[in-house]
Amino acid sequence: MAMDQNATLADEPLNDLTGEQAELVQYLTFMMADEEYGIEILSVQEIRGWEPMTVIPNQPDYVKGVINLRGTVVPVIDLRLRFGLEKIDYSDLTVVVIVKVLINDNEKIMGIVVDAVSDVYNLDKDAASKAPEVGEVENKPFIDGLINVDEKMVVLLDLEKILDI
Amino acid sequence: MSIDLSQFYEVFIDESFEGLEAMESELLNLEPGDVDSEIINTIFRAAHSIKGGSGTFGFMAIADFTHVLETLLDQIRNGERELESLHVDLLLKSVDCLRSMLNAIQNDEPQESEEAEELRKQFQAILDGKSHDETASDDGESSAGAEAENTNGGDVITIWDIKFAPEPHLFRTGNEPLFLFEDLQALGEITVTANFEKLPELTDLSAEDSYLSWNITLDSKATADNIKEVFEWVEDDAEIVIKKVAQIEDFDFGFDETEQTSTETAEDTTESQTEAPAAPETSASNVQPIKTEKPKAPSPAPAKSKPAEKSTTKSDSTSIRVGTDKIDSLINMVGELVITQAMLNELGEADEFDASKLTALREGLAQLSHNTRDLQESVMRIRMLPISFVFSRFPRLVRDISQKLDKQVELKLLGEQTELDKTVMEKISDPMVHLVRNSLDHGLESPDERIANGKGETGTVTLNAYHQGGNIIIEIIDDGRGLNTAKIKQKAIENGLIEADEELTDDEINELIFRPGFSTADAVSDLSGRGVGMDVVKRNINALNGTVEVSSVPGQGSTFTIRLPLTLAILDGQLVTVGQNVYIVPLVSIVESLQIDISKVNSVGGGLDVLRLRDEYIPIMRLYEMFGHEDAGKKLEDGLLVVVESDNEKVGLLVDDLLAQQQFVIKSLEANYKKVDGISGATILGDGSVSLIVDISGLIKLAGLKKAGRQGLDFSKPVSEAV
Repeated sequence: MAMDQNATLADEPLNDLTGEQAELVQYLTFMMADEEYGIEILSVQEIRGWEPMTVIPNQPDYVKGVINLRGTVVPVIDLRLRFGLEKIDYSDLTVVVIVKVLINDNEKIMGIVVDAVSDVYNLDKDAASKAPEVGEVENKPFIDGLINVDEKMVVLLDLEKILDI
Repeated sequence: MSIDLSQFYEVFIDESFEGLEAMESELLNLEPGDVDSEIINTIFRAAHSIKGGSGTFGFMAIADFTHVLETLLDQIRNGERELESLHVDLLLKSVDCLRSMLNAIQNDEPQESEEAEELRKQFQAILDGKSHDETASDDGESSAGAEAENTNGGDVITIWDIKFAPEPHLFRTGNEPLFLFEDLQALGEITVTANFEKLPELTDLSAEDSYLSWNITLDSKATADNIKEVFEWVEDDAEIVIKKVAQIEDFDFGFDETEQTSTETAEDTTESQTEAPAAPETSASNVQPIKTEKPKAPSPAPAKSKPAEKSTTKSDSTSIRVGTDKIDSLINMVGELVITQAMLNELGEADEFDASKLTALREGLAQLSHNTRDLQESVMRIRMLPISFVFSRFPRLVRDISQKLDKQVELKLLGEQTELDKTVMEKISDPMVHLVRNSLDHGLESPDERIANGKGETGTVTLNAYHQGGNIIIEIIDDGRGLNTAKIKQKAIENGLIEADEELTDDEINELIFRPGFSTADAVSDLSGRGVGMDVVKRNINALNGTVEVSSVPGQGSTFTIRLPLTLAILDGQLVTVGQNVYIVPLVSIVESLQIDISKVNSVGGGLDVLRLRDEYIPIMRLYEMFGHEDAGKKLEDGLLVVVESDNEKVGLLVDDLLAQQQFVIKSLEANYKKVDGISGATILGDGSVSLIVDISGLIKLAGLKKAGRQGLDFSKPVSEAV
């Protein structure tokens, strides 16, 4: 696994001396199939529980349907299926993260289904390493970078690409 | 300046478009030789406000252009020059030209155009040729001179000496010298020295007065005009002297000239203020060469039309003028709503709720639903504008086209006060222009031909609008030769749209003109006949959930009928279920709903079933199949068939059950997702869940069905082949 030792963990800003020059961005991380993924927290609108939704006909299987978000019709994407991971049944822990993304210059509000929300980190995006070049990685375009947090790897995602359907 | 003027551009442009509108309609009223001074005054005022506005905002190309125009108008107004038809034509052309210049501003493009330059020369030629009025032409030259100065000052760095001595009340007008200096600094390097001469003793000093004056030296490439612009807002409240150092020219507009400019600006502002209330009046007294058969109520707001050749304008934010009566009624509704809410609140706050209060609660809820409905209607009415906004562009269009075609045409406008949603209005305008053009070009005969056919020389085109149910009907009626069914049929056979032996009624033949790639014009003119058009018209109208039909009597004329929903925001729909899923079918497209008599269902192969319903074969589209819902009932006899019609094609949608009929607020699916085939939008149901609205014509395309004619059943060809 290609990991970068220089990745900065700045969970406690008071003790963090290197944080001065590095520009820290807050990331929300969530779990999917025992892996931790991170998205920029500024794009997150809210986190909701799983609810039954209205199916849109003839759409790819990862488009689960649309929900009513206070009067706005918001499509929901199952990230597991989008990544080609194994499908699991939705449980009480299944959450829908509502995000705002800019797709082709249009601001769109969409929901993504993930297994569970994990944590919020201050991360230095520049310290993230690129996705591995070796081999065929199907989801590579979706990956912004890999970063080390507490000896764990977090995959930073490019939401714009993931949600440009 | 410290004030960002660009925030007012939109208002200026709106007002200018209104001014142009007024100019145009008044110009059409002008008869050469017989000059009504009131009309000339109205035109003059409109031109003057545009000039004033554009000057203030620094759109010099427009200001200069309107100036020449205004000079000519002034001479006509003062009786120094006879109005000739040449003048009217030229003025109309300049209205168009100004429109495109304003559009250029909207799109952030340069305003200067060759067209403007050409027209300016023509105006100048008229003015120079037989100018009776020295002062007027002087005025023209001085502006030209100023412009020359403008261009001269180009690249050379000039040292300017500026004296700025504000009146004591400067601060009270909200001006701050520091900002002026900052603006000057933006032009070049400045050195500022303050004069304390007038500073009084401390005891006499009033904190709110300004006593200082300044001498400023500016090294800049800027022209005198640029510098003047900086002081534009304070020139009434200060003595400003701008001198070119070490140059022969001496730009001094001290007190005297400042005074002059200030009165001019003052006039500008008052004029433009009075112009706003005057404009509705002018558009109301719109006595064109048209016969108005119904008395026209004054339109609440002047039209804000977009030119026919409108390009995609950059800013999408548009404004709308709303009559105060509408706002008042809205406020009343809200008042009632608050009362109802207070009443319900009282019920809710009671310590104990017993059955005795149930009646009161029910009453309250009934009132609430009543209020909500009223409020909804009132809010919708705000978006409604009289259709005269669209109609008002036609007198000009008809005048231009009839001149070009050498036909005599009378335009009648009926039902101009019929109200229509603004968004629908904007989109219906272009198809209507197309239809009117067609009527003039193909429909109406030449005067000779008309006389030969025993008709009057002058042809009539009537635009009629009225409400019918929840729809607005717009008719375009001409008394021309009518559609030539034989020719249309022959052409359709040539183009392979129909089979040679197909038997069609006249109405069916007439409908063919809406098919793509169809034109019967013998000669392709620049007006019409290129074979694009009618199908586009139809498509545009269908996109608004509307329909267009044609009826025609040979030798007596044809009538195009456009039927549109009043608003795009609300839809009457029928809830249907397909398995667990609830969909909405627009009520307008539903013909009937029925239980399927299985004995009348035939299979025509390829997995397609048709139902014989009276004389027609209705292809059955299974919604569960098209939408991929596995949980739905699959037997024909278990479900219900909703027969819908779109583009004159009837199909039956197989659904599990019918639920309620109600109104739905349409929500866009594309806003956050993308266009989905067979779905036109979404809405939110009473229980908060989302339901999708079925797009009938999209669904038919999706199914790849070809029109089921009464005789020729052909479902095999996908629509894409026919298009």
